[in-house]
Amino acid sequence: MSAKLDAKGTLWGFKRMAPLSLFVVAFGLAFGVAAIQHGLSSWETLLMSSLVFAGTAQFAALELWGPTIPLTALIATTFAINARHLLMGASLYPWLRHLPSGQRYACLGMMSDSNWAMAAADHQRGETNVGVLFGGGIALWLSWVLGTLLGVAFGSGISQPERFGLDVIMGCFLLSMLVGGKNKPSLTMLLPWGVAGVAALLALYYLPPNAHVIVGALAGGLAGMLLPQANQQKGQ
Amino acid sequence: MPLTPATALLAIVIMALVTFTTRIGGSIIMSRIPIGPKVERFINAMAGSVLVAVIVPLAAQGDWGARLGLLATLGAMLILHKPLVAIAAGMATAALWRLLS
Repeated sequence: MSAKLDAKGTLWGFKRMAPLSLFVVAFGLAFGVAAIQHGLSSWETLLMSSLVFAGTAQFAALELWGPTIPLTALIATTFAINARHLLMGASLYPWLRHLPSGQRYACLGMMSDSNWAMAAADHQRGETNVGVLFGGGIALWLSWVLGTLLGVAFGSGISQPERFGLDVIMGCFLLSMLVGGKNKPSLTMLLPWGVAGVAALLALYYLPPNAHVIVGALAGGLAGMLLPQANQQKGQ
Repeated sequence: MPLTPATALLAIVIMALVTFTTRIGGSIIMSRIPIGPKVERFINAMAGSVLVAVIVPLAAQGDWGARLGLLATLGAMLILHKPLVAIAAGMATAALWRLLS
């Protein structure tokens, strides 16, 4: 088993990801509108999408954006939401370790949920070209930034966002990611999520501002760790 | 940290660095020690929990438009499994509630 990255494979990956990228444009648009409503400037919004390139974390960051920015909470939230990348990257390591390290980190830097899923499937099939990860990532990145640009242009012209329900985009986006996330909505997750919800509410009322996200994430993570292993994984 | 253009830029750059670290980190960790099932369960549960921790206070502190909007999104996701449709349903519900109330 080996791996290679070339222009041809990258283009192929780009083309395979292109149909899905249309949806990413729509999500980018929603983010652009929501970011403007939460007080980010057009440039900040575009810069965030270009550099961070992680929708869920970006939406969650809007919740923390205010007259002051709680840096610790922002770092913890970004890390907690993106910690799944650690598992995704780890799962591709047996494949990507055959690449020179520069190419490996370039591929991983473009890794997002959908091109990771395609790459994992390619690896399973014995494909050696990792172009789907890199090229697919480029397609996703371009559409995410393009969508954000459209959202910024559209969102800047609206004076009463609540009337159109634009202020609930952030919450609704995060909720839809929670329900429809990569981890199939298994009932075992309801326990850690319940723990997280209760912990977050308690922290909201009794702890300093913005502690609730960290407290909820850690409480839920610990509850999940203490759960007995799911049945289908017992054989491992 | 008070919000100024400079601190906003700093916050965005820090977010980008944290995210990039998570992207390359799994591969780096794996080249040394494999990630065990316990850590994997922690990360999987934490990923959803952080979203719950953001959403629940939104519902607790929001108006009924926001609450019903979230409820509509939840319902649409459970039935249709289409995030864009579910978000649109949430927005429409919140807008409609505010129009009528």
